Amino acid sequence: MSFDTPDDRRYLDSHEWAAEDGDVVRIGISDFAQDELGDVVFVEFPDVGDSISAGESFGVVESIKAVSDLYAPISGEVVEVNEALLDRPELVNDDPYDEGWMLAVEPSDEGELEELLDADAYREQVE
Amino acid sequence: MTERTPPLHDEHRGADAEFTDFGGWSMPVEFAGIRAEHEAVRDAVGRFDVSHMSQLVVSGPDATELMDRLTTNDVASLEVGDAQYAAITDERGVMLDDTVVYRLPDRRAQPTYRFVPNAGHDEQMVERWQHHRDQWGLAAEVDDRTGEDAMLAIQGPEALDTMAEIGEDVSDLDRFEARWADVAGVECWVARTGYTGEDGVELICPAATVSTVWSAMDCQRCGLGARDTLRLEAGLLLSGEDFDAEDNPRTPYEADLDFIVDFGSEFVGLDALAEQAEEGVAERIVGFQLEERGVPRHGYTIETPDGEAIGEVTSGTMSPTLDEAIGLGYVPVDYVEPGTELRVVVRDDPKAATVRELPFLE
Repeated sequence: MSFDTPDDRRYLDSHEWAAEDGDVVRIGISDFAQDELGDVVFVEFPDVGDSISAGESFGVVESIKAVSDLYAPISGEVVEVNEALLDRPELVNDDPYDEGWMLAVEPSDEGELEELLDADAYREQVE
Repeated sequence: MTERTPPLHDEHRGADAEFTDFGGWSMPVEFAGIRAEHEAVRDAVGRFDVSHMSQLVVSGPDATELMDRLTTNDVASLEVGDAQYAAITDERGVMLDDTVVYRLPDRRAQPTYRFVPNAGHDEQMVERWQHHRDQWGLAAEVDDRTGEDAMLAIQGPEALDTMAEIGEDVSDLDRFEARWADVAGVECWVARTGYTGEDGVELICPAATVSTVWSAMDCQRCGLGARDTLRLEAGLLLSGEDFDAEDNPRTPYEADLDFIVDFGSEFVGLDALAEQAEEGVAERIVGFQLEERGVPRHGYTIETPDGEAIGEVTSGTMSPTLDEAIGLGYVPVDYVEPGTELRVVVRDDPKAATVRELPFLE
């Protein structure tokens, strides 16, 4: 089985991705992660205005079979959460890199993004 | 410990299954995804490999007495081709496991039974049956067929059509009846039983022939993930999760299984259960649904609306059919009426819950 791992973003070894989008960094989980979890039924995120710290849990994603913590790839202030996932958590399965994004964060340390795995390194880990 | 594998393991691997350890067996947990598999069974038909279930055959002049004295239900009432749900209890009336007992056609003119305990219980039950047989001086052979035989479940409103397409029409069977039938050219013991709340059959055949049966079917492959969501919607308990002789010892009365206790003949645990029938139980299993967003899981605390801890969740999921978060757990009998308000603590956050009548799905 092969997984989609786009080159335009960075990855955490716990399977979250972070992608620059103008002034903010969007965060979500990888195709590999959504496949491991199976049908996502519930997400729990911080509120807009909350701070998240690189490497620390910022929320949870629940599938029918399991609950899993979400870890922050970078530190910063949450400026937007993907409200669509509250009603349609299955978007995480259907489109993990686009419609299934989770948070938009204003990074407090631009350098953190560079320290994450690039697509090749992450691909090596999951294949 | 080496994991045991069902005879279809390679075929499941070839069908892109994800595997999980269950009762010491490496079994498929999902193929197409739990939701898709669940919906196939509710709407049409799905097939499950349940060869991890234990398989014991008991035969001999005293087979009926041995079965009757080691299970809570009335084995003596079974005619050839009947199936019966029962608990296996200890002296305290605590359930060691639950099982279905089938009366097979007589062998060498002696009554013969097959019973199917849960995964990983085969050795324990063989020892239990042999021990009591010898203790009571009964004449019966106890044959462990686990691994020698395979078991499949074909479940859903179209399950009998699938059976007719690949073998013979078994619609003559009523619920909890069984007989030998041709399935894809293989002689199988086919029972109108299941663990999904849908119509369907379970069939047992020699491990060496199961591949022929499995590959003749053209319907959704389903794993243990969908089996769990389906059985939970149907309000059916899972041994080891909803009761466990060591971690969560429960009697059939606490588990709301009064209908499988028959006091007509002696069995291990009868005295304790008769006392409980008389005096009532302090706690009983209930179904509940969450009124707030979240998913209940095994081990989560159940509270009163005031925050007093009164029990634990034994099973929970997001119901694919109802789109509600549902679960089971034991609470004091003051809290078992449908409509009673409870709370379930989801990661330190109490969520409002309401007791629901079982099964969740009619």
